[in-house]
Amino acid sequence: MEFRLTEEQEMLRNMVRDFAINEVEPEAAERDEKERFDRGIFNAMAELGLTGIPFPEEYGGVGAEYISYAIAVEELSRVCASTGVTLSAHVSLCSWPIYNYGTQEQKEKFLVPLAAGKKIGAFGLTEPSAGSDASATKTTAVLNGDQWILNGTKIFITNGGEAETYVITAMTDKSQGHRGISVFIVEKGTPGFSFGKKEAKMGIRASTTMELVFEDCRIPKENLLGKLGQGFKIALATLNGGRIGIGAQAVGIAQGALDAAIKYSKERVQFNQPIADFQAIQFMLADMATKIEAARLLVYRAAYLESYDLPFTKEAAMAKLFSSETAMEVTTKAVQIFGGYGYSREYPVERMMRDAKITEIYEGTSEVQRIVISSKLIK
Amino acid sequence: MEFVLNEEQLMMKKLVADFAKREIAPTAQEHDQNASFPAEILKQMAGLDLLGIPIPEEYGGVDADFLTYVVAIEEISKASASLGVILAVHTSVGTFPILYFGTEEQKQKYIPKLAKGEMIGAFALTESGAGSDAAKISTAAKLEGNNYILNGSKIFITNAGQADVYIVMAVTNKGLGTKGISSFIVEKNTPGLKIGIPEKKLGLHASSTCQVFFEEAVVPKENLLGKEGQGFEIAMSLLDGGRIGIGAQAVGIAQAALEAALEYTKQREQFGNSIVSFQAVQFMLADMATQIDAARLLVYQAADRKEKGLEHSKHASMAKMYASDVAMKVTVDAVQLLGGYGYMQEYPVERYMRDAKATQIYEGTNQIQRWVIARHLLK
Repeated sequence: MEFRLTEEQEMLRNMVRDFAINEVEPEAAERDEKERFDRGIFNAMAELGLTGIPFPEEYGGVGAEYISYAIAVEELSRVCASTGVTLSAHVSLCSWPIYNYGTQEQKEKFLVPLAAGKKIGAFGLTEPSAGSDASATKTTAVLNGDQWILNGTKIFITNGGEAETYVITAMTDKSQGHRGISVFIVEKGTPGFSFGKKEAKMGIRASTTMELVFEDCRIPKENLLGKLGQGFKIALATLNGGRIGIGAQAVGIAQGALDAAIKYSKERVQFNQPIADFQAIQFMLADMATKIEAARLLVYRAAYLESYDLPFTKEAAMAKLFSSETAMEVTTKAVQIFGGYGYSREYPVERMMRDAKITEIYEGTSEVQRIVISSKLIK
Repeated sequence: MEFVLNEEQLMMKKLVADFAKREIAPTAQEHDQNASFPAEILKQMAGLDLLGIPIPEEYGGVDADFLTYVVAIEEISKASASLGVILAVHTSVGTFPILYFGTEEQKQKYIPKLAKGEMIGAFALTESGAGSDAAKISTAAKLEGNNYILNGSKIFITNAGQADVYIVMAVTNKGLGTKGISSFIVEKNTPGLKIGIPEKKLGLHASSTCQVFFEEAVVPKENLLGKEGQGFEIAMSLLDGGRIGIGAQAVGIAQAALEAALEYTKQREQFGNSIVSFQAVQFMLADMATQIDAARLLVYQAADRKEKGLEHSKHASMAKMYASDVAMKVTVDAVQLLGGYGYMQEYPVERYMRDAKATQIYEGTNQIQRWVIARHLLK
């Protein structure tokens, strides 16, 4: 075992941290307040090579390990969880399935501009009646000559509206149940593909979350990703990897909250001493830091296993479950340590607490993670 | 980073797991109920070179890295937490201080015998008035001619009565506070050394815990360990390694409880189903497994950092605190999952639960660990 980061990983962490502090953090509160997505930040991440970290150079990526990708999402989320999820959805949910299941032509056409950050990616799985149970997908795709015709609605789609490339699940053979689901690549601007409601959210407000509407949307036959009927498998595999990204996001949020709480508790004087001198505060900080450390190790382990093609489904679910619950607990405690100031928008911890909540919900709720973990244990 | 054990570590894990399953587990419950010290098993362990795992070959050890030792403690503790702590105390605080601070003569005299299990080690610091505040010990050592004369008493000494060698902390100069404490190597047949009757404990029944009395005990001058006044420094230097060992013990106990709960819930039928088919049971198992993995990673990380000479005091405290809290929670859950049977001595989980409690207390209570962690955070 080796618990030290490689030199390359250390360098990446320092680079992303500098970028996050200088370019992402200054307007994070304002973007949250105004629900403003900032394409400029995404473009800057593209210039730094962050939009294609785990993909080979031949496809416009950097060819680094998944741990490096997790570190990038973590460091961004430490200052702005919205930026973290924008990158995570782009890499894990859109670029990854194209990289893993796409034909050479699809990779050249779609993955290269995604990895290089010239385009943003999104993933459309969830529907009004298909949340944790993806097999209840109602969106349909029917082959008509050289085209697939898509009809249906996807909801809660991260990067929706801003993304140019969408990986979409649709039912191609309803009689086959979840084996009748297939995956398609749909480009923004395709006739019949429009955007519905933009969601107003509790947190991650600087990332967009949109409804996608398909009305007789015709896409080329060659935009089928993977094999016909392989969609459910592709979606599950995609979410597996996505959990590493969300775990990293949660670790970043929690670390940001801990950093803020440490700084504040050293400065804040009550009863003639910094509140950090009180054991009740010290013990809260110790518990927060310990759980973050454990969460980070779970996330990096899952990322390591993915990089070396070792089984990681259970480990990714553990990483996501533990990190997100840690993020919720740690941010709640950070608000508590800040007291009234913590509840005020003058300080970032209330935003972190709102942002943390989503990590327990998306890319598989904590309950779904527990189902995944226990099914592996019982086997 | 690398999240897989190397070959040597895997071999040790397998060797110890097989041995523990075959030779320790079958009689563990009986040793617990009779509060009998498993001397025969300890001899077998010595035969497998398990009593000198991290000790250099020139002193009769195996010269394996610290993580290999930690893996062995974990596997032993899975079968018997009592044997886990016997081994951990023998190695981490019974043998290491002589290795780290002894003269060549002292090392030659004691370490080969300790490493080969011909001698068992113990460590005597705690007194009735000096627990977490170890600097307050009052056992006194006074130089008279060629001997130190020790007077005082120690409590809660693991391996007492069974050990051949005790590392004893005593005050040589009361006016100097912690700088007036010195360490001594005290052999079991030292005149004036008396061992009290074994304590009756909540758990760890098969390990021996006694008071140790010094009544004009005569210790040869050359048995001073390190320099006069260096005792507190020696004691403090052992803490981190000791804590990592207890973290490993806690992980082993928790893993045993999880496996017992898994096996039972698959077999136990209620309402026409095996109880593992109920989601409430599944989710408990998922949480138990996730927390154990998080704890194990913290313990292994601390061991790896210690082995590589990196700063690891905070990491050791995090590992010990978190792993022991997890052991307590997981063993309580395991008893719950076994229901009435879990409360009975027919099954081992009630023993696991009793044993787990010690890990939250000894080698620094978890309150002390939180204090250590907070001190690092607030530096």
